[in-house]
Amino acid sequence: MRHSSEIVRTDATTIAKMVSSQETQAREVLEAFLERISRYNDALRAFVYVDTEGARTRASEIDREIKRGTTYRMAGVPIAVKDVISVKGLPLTCGSKILRGYVPPYDATVIARLRKAGCVIVGMTNTDEFAMGSSTENSAYGPSINPWMQSRVPGGSSGGSAVAVAAGMAAIGLGSDTGGSVRLPASFVGVYGLKPSYGAVSRFGLVAFSNSIEQIGIFARSIGDLKLTYSVISGADPLDGTTLTFDWNLTTEEGTKVNAFRAGKVIEMSGEGVEPPVLEALDRTVQTLKRYSIQIENVNIPHLENCLAAYYLIAMSEASSNLARFDGVRYGNRVKTEGNWNEEYSRVRALFGSEVKRRVILGAHALSSGFFSMYYDKAARFRTLIKSEFESAFRNYDLLIGPTSPSPAFRLGERTLDPVQMYLSDVDTVPMNLTGVPALSVPTGFANAEGGLLPVATQLIAPYGREDTIFSIASLLEKAGVSAPKVVNPWGNIL
Amino acid sequence: MKIGLEIHVQLNRLRSKLFCGCRADYYTLSPNSNVCAVCLGLPGSLPVLNSGAVRQAIMVSLALRANPSTRFNFVRKNYFYPDMPKNFQISQYDKAGGAPVSKGGEMELTTDAQKPLRVKLTRIQIEEDPGRLFHPSGLGSSKYTLVDYNRAGVGLLEIVTQPDLSTPREARLLITKLRSILEHLGVCNTSLEGAMRVDANISTDGNNRVEIKNISSYKDVERALEYEAVRQSQLIALGKPIERETRHWLEEKGTTSSSRAKEEEQDYRYFPEPDIPAVELTEDYIKDIQGSLPELPDSRASRFCREYGLTPYDAGVLVLDKALADYFEETVRLYPKPRIVSNWIQTELLRQLNEKKQEISELRFGPKELAEMLSMIDKGEISGKTGKKVVMEMALTGEGPKSVVERLGLARLGDEAAIRALAQTVFKENPNAVKDALKNPEAVNFLVGQIMKKISGRADPEITNRVVRGLLKAQTSS
Repeated sequence: MRHSSEIVRTDATTIAKMVSSQETQAREVLEAFLERISRYNDALRAFVYVDTEGARTRASEIDREIKRGTTYRMAGVPIAVKDVISVKGLPLTCGSKILRGYVPPYDATVIARLRKAGCVIVGMTNTDEFAMGSSTENSAYGPSINPWMQSRVPGGSSGGSAVAVAAGMAAIGLGSDTGGSVRLPASFVGVYGLKPSYGAVSRFGLVAFSNSIEQIGIFARSIGDLKLTYSVISGADPLDGTTLTFDWNLTTEEGTKVNAFRAGKVIEMSGEGVEPPVLEALDRTVQTLKRYSIQIENVNIPHLENCLAAYYLIAMSEASSNLARFDGVRYGNRVKTEGNWNEEYSRVRALFGSEVKRRVILGAHALSSGFFSMYYDKAARFRTLIKSEFESAFRNYDLLIGPTSPSPAFRLGERTLDPVQMYLSDVDTVPMNLTGVPALSVPTGFANAEGGLLPVATQLIAPYGREDTIFSIASLLEKAGVSAPKVVNPWGNIL
Repeated sequence: MKIGLEIHVQLNRLRSKLFCGCRADYYTLSPNSNVCAVCLGLPGSLPVLNSGAVRQAIMVSLALRANPSTRFNFVRKNYFYPDMPKNFQISQYDKAGGAPVSKGGEMELTTDAQKPLRVKLTRIQIEEDPGRLFHPSGLGSSKYTLVDYNRAGVGLLEIVTQPDLSTPREARLLITKLRSILEHLGVCNTSLEGAMRVDANISTDGNNRVEIKNISSYKDVERALEYEAVRQSQLIALGKPIERETRHWLEEKGTTSSSRAKEEEQDYRYFPEPDIPAVELTEDYIKDIQGSLPELPDSRASRFCREYGLTPYDAGVLVLDKALADYFEETVRLYPKPRIVSNWIQTELLRQLNEKKQEISELRFGPKELAEMLSMIDKGEISGKTGKKVVMEMALTGEGPKSVVERLGLARLGDEAAIRALAQTVFKENPNAVKDALKNPEAVNFLVGQIMKKISGRADPEITNRVVRGLLKAQTSS
């Protein structure tokens, strides 16, 4: 029997092997993680709901099944799920008061696939309300805290899952990335965070914020774990008409051709306003790739800086429509009231937090007649333009690189009073949502702050559908030791 | 008067709803039992387009001579209403980045005028039906409202005509013709409640356009428009303006009431539906559907004239109701005298249906019974007049013709002795008529008529005549 701190440091791939070979038990693995949760969750607020009993039942069941000869690809791997993804029987609140009391009667496709692969769902993790935010400070439960430094946000909106993986409360975390909501927190807490190509992973069961740009993403502490999880959850789903299956095979050993690769460093992401430790980490990445005979050149994406405006217009417009269904009639928090249904709706919808209200109002405005062509439609046309700029860059390069965020984790409260400052946190991540290309945040270094360390990250961006390229390059960085995600105890003590 | 229609047709012959696996034929199910995460709009659920609905939409487009698009998409129409699970409706639109399944189209109507009336269509679009609201004690006074989502998400086609109609009657003709086309295509069981619902735009003498919503039965279109035409002409006569507004058809009262003024017109904030990728169809796919379209009412009518020798008018009446035309053809198969069958259907059967306010499908006897009855007339087992009575009885009880004739003793009386006995009674009762008949051969008919009356016209006319003349001759000679 291993020491429990050893178990929580073990990557998911190894856990799955050990549980499958009965070297250890799924139940034992789970207890190690549950113990971390009970010790640290009050301070970190990663989980908003822990399904202790359900997880124990499932872990024991997996152990029994394995004894009977059943095989699983992710046997006994404990998973943290962002509170915007439907898990049958577990409360789903989207970090909002409006959904209190709602328990989904069905599993999201990703959850069904992970269950089938032998994963254990540990619980639901904190998020900005309806995934709208970059710090988890918009959660009705209060913010999650960055385990590296008590004064810092973990990034958002999928901050809870990021913290759970970084602090060893789960082996793998699921998030959703609408404008950077997986990659930003991954960079702030020093783990890998993947936003897949649009359509690679089913959104069935993901509560929609902005349907045309978001994807369910993965937090992991090794590229092997990332690949394993990605290969389990990705692929066409009959329940999501926007999904497809890419025709490359992740299980074969890729990376043989990477030395012929050309990579472009995106100038617009790595210039003014980027903090030195972030640039140093980017430079370290570039030097490492060069050592592997990968050519690196500077590349321009001329309209990159306009992405943020277009992104927020599209995301808010879609959100204004998506969130209309939360009216208390069919599910969620019902406000008892006298009066007609307009009055009842108004009272129920007063339960939305202020950032959600802001976005719904702005989005409804952007779609309204007289403003549609000026706002939504213009943003949609811009999307075509920026897609073509990425496509032309990818005609010359197999990969683009830049920072995930211009700065490490900011302070709690630092940006809450200025929404535009908060929106600017996503400046390097939203272009990949607008264009649908896959991107991975790789922890590539640290910044010194307030006498402690804060992780910084580099972003690997591949052409549409080429997650294989990302995994190949990230594996090199992992092998070279440029990236080495750690499990961390609060505050900043590496386990 | 200018009238344009928006007709909503439920694709209720599909196996499932437009975006999920729930049933499209929800009519007999208990409330909220035909629902799932998708059609209830549960958080995280996604719509997946029913490809059968696309096929049927293309069929209807081609049958109505519209131009199907090889690329179309869906849009969201955003508004709050408790019957809409998502508070937006997935629909189609020709603006805001939307492209409907087809544009244009035309229907040809037979009116009293020499030339057929051509009504142009604007577009056809696919959309989802909302749920249904129940106000337990009426719309205004209920303390609460119940919602049934069984219908939510059922596929609808919205067929929009240009304002080419000029009378309520023409509007009815268009609906009737459309109904028959849909039945021939097999895309809609139009007799189910709410399967065809109509919104009508009506304007008189260049005045403001008024929209009448909620005409939930195709049968009420003419009635609603007639009411509205009268209401508007009264306003004009009084010199009052006609407001541009939306009015609600109140079925029970047979009136319309104002529901929304123009200033309150909603902004639906249309934008392309992100969860459903644009649909791309090949020309071959459309050609294939074109090639496999079933026979439609117009060509069926021509065939009836050609094959069965019917008049265009008779053929036209039959094909306006697919079930009626089917009934006709099945009867002809069993009793191959088409014009006789057509006459019987158009007089006696339609009379029965009108009296009972029934559809042909509800008639209690089928082609087999009708054919059998007609054969009995041919064989002399009953008279034509008795035949009408048999039809009435069959419609009432659902018995076969033989059983009706037997039970009611309707068989034609051909027994000479029996007729003679009857005649002798009549002679005794009408001595004056007998005297007349002896002088004037014309008066013979009165005596024959009296005999017939005694047994409801069932006596064989030939034998009766012979018997009467025989008796008269006997009196002369005595």
